[in-house]
Amino acid sequence: MTVETREARQPIILLTPALSTIGLLLIVPLGFVVVYSFWLRTATGADQVGFFLDNWVESLTDPFYRDILLNTIKIALITTVVCALAGYPTAYFIARSNGNRLVLLLLLMLPFWISYIIRTMSWINILGVSGAFNWALMSVGLTSEPIQMLYNEATVILGLVHFLLPFMILNVYVSLEGIDRTLEDAACSLGANRWRAFLEVTLPLSLPGLAAGGLLCFVLGAGTYITPLVLGGPTDAMFANLVFEAIITQLNWPLGSALSLMLLVVLGAVVMVYNRYLGMTQLMKGLQ
Amino acid sequence: MGTVTLENVSKRFGGFTAVHPTSLHIPEGSFLTLLGPSGCGKTTTLRMIAGLLDPSDGEIFIKGKSVNNLPIYKRNLGIVFQNYALFPHKTIFENIAFGLKYRGVSKQETARRVRDVLDLVQLPHVADRYPKALSGGQQQRIALARAIVIEPDVLLLDEPLSALDANLREDMRVELKRIQHQIGITTVFVTHDQSEALAMSDEIVVMSAGRIEQQGQPEAVYNTPATEFVARFLGASNVLPATTQVMAAEDIQVETNHFGRLVLPRKRAPQIEGEGRSQLIVRAEKVHVEPAGQTMDGAISVPGRIEAVDYQGQAVRYFVRVGDTQLQALNMIKEHPFEEGAEVSVNVRGWDCTLLPEAAA
Ligand SMILES: Nc1ncnc2c1ncn2[C@@H]1O[C@H](COP(=O)(O)OP(=O)(O)OP(=O)(O)O)[C@@H](O)[C@H]1O
Ligand SMILES: [Mg+2]
Repeated sequence: MTVETREARQPIILLTPALSTIGLLLIVPLGFVVVYSFWLRTATGADQVGFFLDNWVESLTDPFYRDILLNTIKIALITTVVCALAGYPTAYFIARSNGNRLVLLLLLMLPFWISYIIRTMSWINILGVSGAFNWALMSVGLTSEPIQMLYNEATVILGLVHFLLPFMILNVYVSLEGIDRTLEDAACSLGANRWRAFLEVTLPLSLPGLAAGGLLCFVLGAGTYITPLVLGGPTDAMFANLVFEAIITQLNWPLGSALSLMLLVVLGAVVMVYNRYLGMTQLMKGLQ
Repeated sequence: MGTVTLENVSKRFGGFTAVHPTSLHIPEGSFLTLLGPSGCGKTTTLRMIAGLLDPSDGEIFIKGKSVNNLPIYKRNLGIVFQNYALFPHKTIFENIAFGLKYRGVSKQETARRVRDVLDLVQLPHVADRYPKALSGGQQQRIALARAIVIEPDVLLLDEPLSALDANLREDMRVELKRIQHQIGITTVFVTHDQSEALAMSDEIVVMSAGRIEQQGQPEAVYNTPATEFVARFLGASNVLPATTQVMAAEDIQVETNHFGRLVLPRKRAPQIEGEGRSQLIVRAEKVHVEPAGQTMDGAISVPGRIEAVDYQGQAVRYFVRVGDTQLQALNMIKEHPFEEGAEVSVNVRGWDCTLLPEAAA
């Protein structure tokens, strides 16, 4: 083998482990899901192998699925906006604080050490009928009967914000960290007060971080089924709950596959739009 | 345009005093340089004038008015930062127009003034570009343009040339001085580069460890350093122990170990009040190295031996041993520089030297 051919092959050799991991763990299972979505579940409960469009026709035309998809997008959007509004000032505070930044970032990471499901369930102990909040209200005499605060859309959003806020904060923090602080000084020296300097310089320069955080919140929020399952009421199902329902409860793998591919395409489209305008590099920065 | 006055201004960070009580007056239209080694408090002083730092004590006046309680955005100053601090998301036009927006300048007027200032810094064609698309020297000019387009009362420059390479730095030095002269703006310039300070300033303030060591015109600071620190910081100097012997009306006689008896004009020894121990400062370029045995008019000649040679092209720096001391000599090269180990004659003229009282320490 000549040196040239060896050099030409080197990238392929080096990429092999990564490519085979992606192939085995991502592409192959996804291929199975695609194939499954064209099978058909018969009345007997067995899957009929073949090429049937029934699952796709049902998924795409039934207004029930469409409404839940729209509701999922709405909830994910509200969650993203709340995360942005709450996360930006927090990230700004951390980025601008002197000295104790590491401690603050560590505190931010702390919740990740507890299972997401347990964190979600913790709201039952806080807002539930016999939870801490009701207990407090009753002990100060504001109410005699416990109030049912859980199992509605608001608590689903609350749970999602609880889950996703650190992602937003980290992304915004990373972009704020990268902004030269003398830029604000320069703006002030030219006549802008601190608030104007923030609006004109820091905010626009941190928008990539905000967008990256927003994308993560939206995609993770729209794809979750645990939060609505634990904190939502019967009418608060999100799209991933339908997939869960179809596959786990009804054992209808073909329909579940079609539904999950639908969600994948919608979220994939959002990521594509983001990548088209802002690029993936910012997202990578936030994840490191 | 305006004057700047500092009255006993000091700055402490926790227990550390970065700037000791300092008083300073910068007259209308003059170019004053804060010169000193790293960490001596130049930037801190400048940031206090700018309003980016609050003084711990003392009062700052701009145009005769106290600005201690005036926030930076109301001080009407032009600041050029060391890293330029151009807004990366705005075009050059938007960068320069930024300050005009806050001064209620109309659209046409803004366009005209941006065009004029771009002509002034000789970059008329870059208005639509982003800062990233400019070279370091060009960004430097834009930063200057952005600072002066608002017609500030005072221009503050913090090591604006230090990020440029050597040739460009010298060009920009001339350029900056030309622009400053043309608009006649009061300027405070911070640098640790003595040649920059000497070339550009009307007045130099030499700082060390948060205190002013000396203030004066470039020539005065260079020729009559007030302290050993100043003598050593502005170019290489030889410091020799001496004894003042006779004080006459015009002259002072000193006795040195190395050069015997030297006669200095009195104006070269403003701090000497009587006879006694003192320090003789001889600048490296005033130590003349000649072939052995040769003497110079009006100079004391002593034999020496070259210990090291630092060739610099048109000049050469010798490290030459005279008695128990190694002296530095910076000479123009006439034909060939002397070789290491050569026996030479070392010449010093009394009127080229400066006399300081012996250091307090
Ligand atoms: N925010 C701060 N907190 C604590 N100490 C500081 C702070 N800013 C400056 N100092 C200290 O004050 C001293 C003077 O700093 P300053 O930045 O004024 O130096 P400088 O003369 O500009 O030096 P250089 O040429 O390196 O820029 C330094 O010892 C520095 O460590
Ligand atoms: Mg500095």
